[in-house]
Amino acid sequence: MKIRTMIGAEKYSVCGRPYLRSLLIVCLFVVIFFSPIFAPRNASAHGIAGNRFFPTTFTVDDPFISDEFSLLVHHNKQSGDPSSKQTDISIDYSKRLFPNFGFEFHEAYMHQKFSDGSSAHGWDNLGLGAKWQFLTDEKRELIMSVGTDFDIGGTGAHQVAESFSTITPMFFFGKGLGDLPGSVNFLRPLAVTGALGVSFPTRSRNVHTVFNEETGDFDQDIEHNSKILNWGFTVQYSLMYLQQHVKDIGLPDPFKRMILVVEFPMQTNLSRDNKGLTTGTINPGIVWAGKSFEFGIAAELPVNARSGKTVGILGLIHFFLDDLFPGSIGSPIFH
Amino acid sequence: MRSVINTKMAALLFLMLLAMPGVSSGHAFPDHSAPKVGEAVTAPPAGVYIWFDGNLEPTFSKIVVQDTNGKAVDQGNGRVNPSNSVLLEVGLPKLPPGTYKVLWNVVSRDGHRTSGDYSFQIK
Repeated sequence: MKIRTMIGAEKYSVCGRPYLRSLLIVCLFVVIFFSPIFAPRNASAHGIAGNRFFPTTFTVDDPFISDEFSLLVHHNKQSGDPSSKQTDISIDYSKRLFPNFGFEFHEAYMHQKFSDGSSAHGWDNLGLGAKWQFLTDEKRELIMSVGTDFDIGGTGAHQVAESFSTITPMFFFGKGLGDLPGSVNFLRPLAVTGALGVSFPTRSRNVHTVFNEETGDFDQDIEHNSKILNWGFTVQYSLMYLQQHVKDIGLPDPFKRMILVVEFPMQTNLSRDNKGLTTGTINPGIVWAGKSFEFGIAAELPVNARSGKTVGILGLIHFFLDDLFPGSIGSPIFH
Repeated sequence: MRSVINTKMAALLFLMLLAMPGVSSGHAFPDHSAPKVGEAVTAPPAGVYIWFDGNLEPTFSKIVVQDTNGKAVDQGNGRVNPSNSVLLEVGLPKLPPGTYKVLWNVVSRDGHRTSGDYSFQIK
């Protein structure tokens, strides 16, 4: 799941588990190769409820499950001593097992360059998730789903990844406002999506033993791993919807396939040390949705001083595998 | 070294995805129509025509025009144009002034279903 954790971003040094990552990648290959055997001839819709097409957004996870592949590039500067520039490339792959249930795999390569000349880079922990889209109401343009995400601690590079795992049960929704009355026709292209869940660390604290040069003794440095409430939502205005269902105002390509998106990904600390502290960003951006892929670009504005002081940038390229490969890997494995 | 191997594996996986057979045109969405979405026309149109952004499956693609009471007012001859498989069309009788709703439900050649509606007015 894509909501980025900003609180407790300090990383810890432990031994990684490369064999686990390799095993999971092999499993992914097996799923991809065997899926055509079970694939039905007809494929279902991705992110569509009635008239509404919900695009994949940047950091707030979609309310639907589909066969899709995304690359998200994120760049920002982080203040501190030393300050740093960070670039992440996130990879997300979703595969439907059944038409409304599927698995998600996500991974990110992180590179951080500090002002003192040092740097840290490597793969973040591997994430596995499952999502069940339990409601699709076409008339009301409403989608709801539940899911769980499991970030496997220790599978990433020790320089950048957490040493502990987190489990995050989530609730997702998407609602188009196409059922508004005709008197407010130009509000009908609006839609909201949202995601809500709590990240539970599988280890409550990390204990580091450090040598104290002043006393000559070994001290224990205890770091508490926080429970985090992840809550995020998006507000979207679809020029596609406007053109196709409300009023053809003569928009040419590429504008007539654009969706204006503002994301609000937020995290609130639930643990005692920093209880109630919230970080997050506001990400205004544009998504262009083509026949088989989607592009997007957004700015990333911190909501408060704890969330950063500089503007970041997000770039998305997303492939609709159900459109690209409807008779093979783009279909649910079991229909 | 491990990062390099993982990057190569990811690149290989991506190339395999792109190399898989069955590349298609995807979901079909309207590109433009006549009368236009939300348009107010002065003369009753002879039909409703919707051009999609992909080829349609004639057997499973439908179009209906209704009045404000939900009663079908078209000539019942909705079809995918035989010589242009992106065009969905239906004939209309000479309709009185009013607001009319066009409902479409199409299946693209690769089996993806989409549906939608829009309104137009006759003054």
